[in-house]
Order: sequence, then C-alpha cells, then structure tokens
Amino acid sequence: MKLDDKLYLVRFNTDKLSHIKINDPKICLNQCQDKPCTRICPAHVYDWDDEEKRISVGYEGCLECGTCLIGCPYGNINWKYPRGGFGVSWKNG
Amino acid sequence: MENFDVIIVGGGPAGLSAAISAAHAGMKTLVIERGDYPGTKNVMGGILYTKATDMVVPEFWKEAPLERPIIEQRIAMLSGDESILAGYRDPDWAAEPYNAHSILRVKFDRWLAQQAEKAGVMIITETLVEDLLYKNGNVVGVRTGRAEGDLGAKVVIIAEGVNNFLAVKAGLAKSLKPATVAVTVKEIISLPKEKIEDRFCLDEGQGATIELYGDSTAGMMGVGFIYTNKDSISIGVGAILESVVREHWTPNDLLENLKAKPYVKRLLQGGETKEYLAHLIPEGGYTHVPRLHRQGVMVVGDTAMLMNSLNREGSNLAMVSGKIAGEVAAQAIKAGDVSDQAMAVYESRLRDSFVLKDLHHYRHMGKFFEDNPHLLKIYPKMFSKAAKMYLTADGTPKKQRQKEIIQMLFEQRSKGGFIKDLYGAWRALL
Repeated sequence: MKLDDKLYLVRFNTDKLSHIKINDPKICLNQCQDKPCTRICPAHVYDWDDEEKRISVGYEGCLECGTCLIGCPYGNINWKYPRGGFGVSWKNG
Repeated sequence: MENFDVIIVGGGPAGLSAAISAAHAGMKTLVIERGDYPGTKNVMGGILYTKATDMVVPEFWKEAPLERPIIEQRIAMLSGDESILAGYRDPDWAAEPYNAHSILRVKFDRWLAQQAEKAGVMIITETLVEDLLYKNGNVVGVRTGRAEGDLGAKVVIIAEGVNNFLAVKAGLAKSLKPATVAVTVKEIISLPKEKIEDRFCLDEGQGATIELYGDSTAGMMGVGFIYTNKDSISIGVGAILESVVREHWTPNDLLENLKAKPYVKRLLQGGETKEYLAHLIPEGGYTHVPRLHRQGVMVVGDTAMLMNSLNREGSNLAMVSGKIAGEVAAQAIKAGDVSDQAMAVYESRLRDSFVLKDLHHYRHMGKFFEDNPHLLKIYPKMFSKAAKMYLTADGTPKKQRQKEIIQMLFEQRSKGGFIKDLYGAWRALL
C-alpha cells in the first residue's frame, strides 16, 4: 500500500500556520549530503526540491512523532507541536 | 490567574493516572491536553497491563473499552521467507485476574479521562503548555498557548510523552538522540472477528500477540509486532532511529516489508487498512532516565524514559509512575513542603518499585545491542539455517547432519565470537 493512500486515511485539523521550520536552508544545500529527513519521516513530510534547491516541508501531513527533530544530523529542523487543537487527530490510536 | 494544587501536562496513561491519584487525595487537579480529547494524539503498540491499571482504576476491566485479553504471546524470528517460532499460551489469562489486554488508545484514553473527571479532575483540551512558570526560581505553574493562559500550581507533573520539550526546558532532561529513540509506525487493519479467531487459533474474544525479530526490522535493533484487537489487527515495526538513518530505511518501507513476509501476509489477508500511525518509543534505558524531580516538579511516563522494551512494558511503567507522582504531590502539598527534597520521595518510591528496578536490571542492554549490531542480523539467519538442515529429511544420517550444523555455525561465527555474544547477552539480560 502506498504511503499517500495511508496518509489519506489519517484525520487532520490543519492549521494555517506551519509548526515546522528549517532553521538554515543553506545547511541543507551545502553541508547535508545525506538528507536523512527525506527518508526517516514516517509521513514523508520532507522532500528535496531540486529546482528550488531546498527542503520542501509538507507540514500538513505531519504525524507528530518528532523523528525529524532528533534525526536531523545538523539540528536544523525547528519542529514543535502544532498549536492546541490542531494537527493529527487519531481515530483509533 | 486561576490556581490549582496539581497541574498535569499531558493526558496519556501516566498523566491521567497521576491526576486520578492526586484527585483521590483531595487535590484540586488539572490536566492540560493538546489534543481535542485525551487519546486523539496518543499512540502505542497496544498492550495494556492489568495489574498496573487495576491500581489506578480498580476492576477497570468491567467497564473499560478493551479489545481482547491476551492469552498467547508468540515470538518469531524472521530470516528471509523463513521463520522460527516460539510461544506461550495460557487460557487462564482470558479471565480474571487477567495479565494484559490489547487496546486502542483513542477509546481507552478517553475512558480513562472520564474516570479522572469522575474523581474530580478538571481537563482542559486543545491547549499546549509552552513552559513552566517560575517565581524567584520556584515553579509556580504553567504557561499555555492560550491568551492569558497562565495557570498556577503548587506542583506540576510533566507527562508530555516521549518528546520531552518541557523537561528539557526545565533543565531536567537532555534532548533525545537518534540512539535513544525507536521510530515506530503502525497500521490498524480491520478483519472480521471470526477470521482473527481462526487465524490465531483463539476462542471467542481471546487475543494473541506476536513480536517479530530479525528481518522484521531488516536486522536493525528493533521489533515488529502484531496484536489482535476485537475486529482489527494492529501491526507495526519500530527500530532505533540511529540505525534507520544509517541504513537508509524509511519507516513505511519497513512496515510494508514486514507485511509482505509469508508468515505475516497470511494473517492479514483480506484486511483493510483503517489508519496509519507513527510514534517514537523512548529507548534510552536506565542510563538515560532524566532527573525525575525538582522543587515543585515531577517527571513521569515516557518523558521519564520509563520503558522496558525487552518485555514490551511501557504503559504499566507510565501508570505506576503517574500514580506515585500524584500521591507524592498530594502528600507534599498537605505538608506544605514542595521542595526538591519533598519531591524526591517520588524517585525513592520508583526505585523501590519494579519500575526503576527493571530499568536498572537491563541497564547494559542498550549498549550491548549498540555495540553488537550483528546480533539481529546474523543469528536469525544462522538459526534458520540450522533448523532447516536439522528438519530436512534428505537421507543424511543425523549424527553427520548435526556435525554439519555445528560446522556451519562456527563458519558463521567463531567460537570466541559465540562466547563473547553469550557472555554479553547474559550480562545485559540476566
């Protein structure tokens, strides 16, 4: 089953504001060869945008596990919980 | 600013257990939860232990929304398409006093929150706590994300879950590291009751668990799991983040790999995925338990790294730690002393309980597996090969076959290597 189809099953109350920020996009471009955020996020929130030369962040699909915050080797992801009441809302848990 | 005796940050098993015990001791108690209700942000594999839960809500099984009492626990070691299985079944576990149940957290946590409310606990939802409030260096409450969102408390119990933002800000915990968390994903797959019971050889209503090692995590330190719910199956896989980064895996691919294993596929066949979830599991063990208290503050549950993954125990450690913290908070408030020394009673009671005793007992385990990443890669393969050689009836005399097996094993791993692994495992696990 494709990840996109799985994420389609998840209920979100999406905030207009992103709860995720890349601190310094230059680090992703110049220093981070491996870009583990593009793999380790269970929801594939992070993607390398080759045209814009930056990591694109699809915060709307974030499952709020915190993996990216801990896994970024440069501590370059400013990941917080969404504001109260926003974000993922599990149906089963 | 509204004032409470005890404010608890987070409405999971640890926080709600703390709230119930504080309220029972007569404290004006508040739980602050960031989800729209306790449960909607909460994830675990899905096993709830009876003894610890009974301590918080006596005879909870008569009312609580549980899935199935677990009567069988299987362990599988996967190597390619091969599997080695072991298990223990006791039908007595299907009745009181039970040992464990599978649960779905959205339903269960909601129910537990209702028990807290019945005990007099107030619950504020959709509210994120951003920091503790200090006055002259003393903790006097919490700051929430709401306008005019400061709330006063004599004691704050941090039950924010594995992501330990507040505990770090309060100087109690360090930031998590890739080696101290397991990234875990899970699917809930619906299946008719009868199919579940047939496939797992269960009588009506009974439940089973399977933990899968080896190729279930591509040999990385971690585990796959399959738990039976009433009319669904929870299947998931978790592995230490450091190895997932290093070995270029994505969590969803790991899960899809596990689902495609012949032994697993057949169990899930015809099921429909209802939900896909992700969560971190705190795997730092004893050596990474943070400072558990300071003046006016205690840290409980996942935030306190209270997880015994070898025995798949976490929710029970969370609930016991929460219950003790709630009691200690009430005692301290009644005595008019919420100093660090008064809060330290919480830690000493945890040390006297199985919670810190078990973590201490397994204190070498994390490093053992970290230093020996070959274990879950080579042993499942070796054992599968040995089993296949032993069980294949091809006319080879058994004496010769046994010799061949021993020879094969020592080709894969030297005698010295075996002794080192065995000694390491003995030291880490026994």
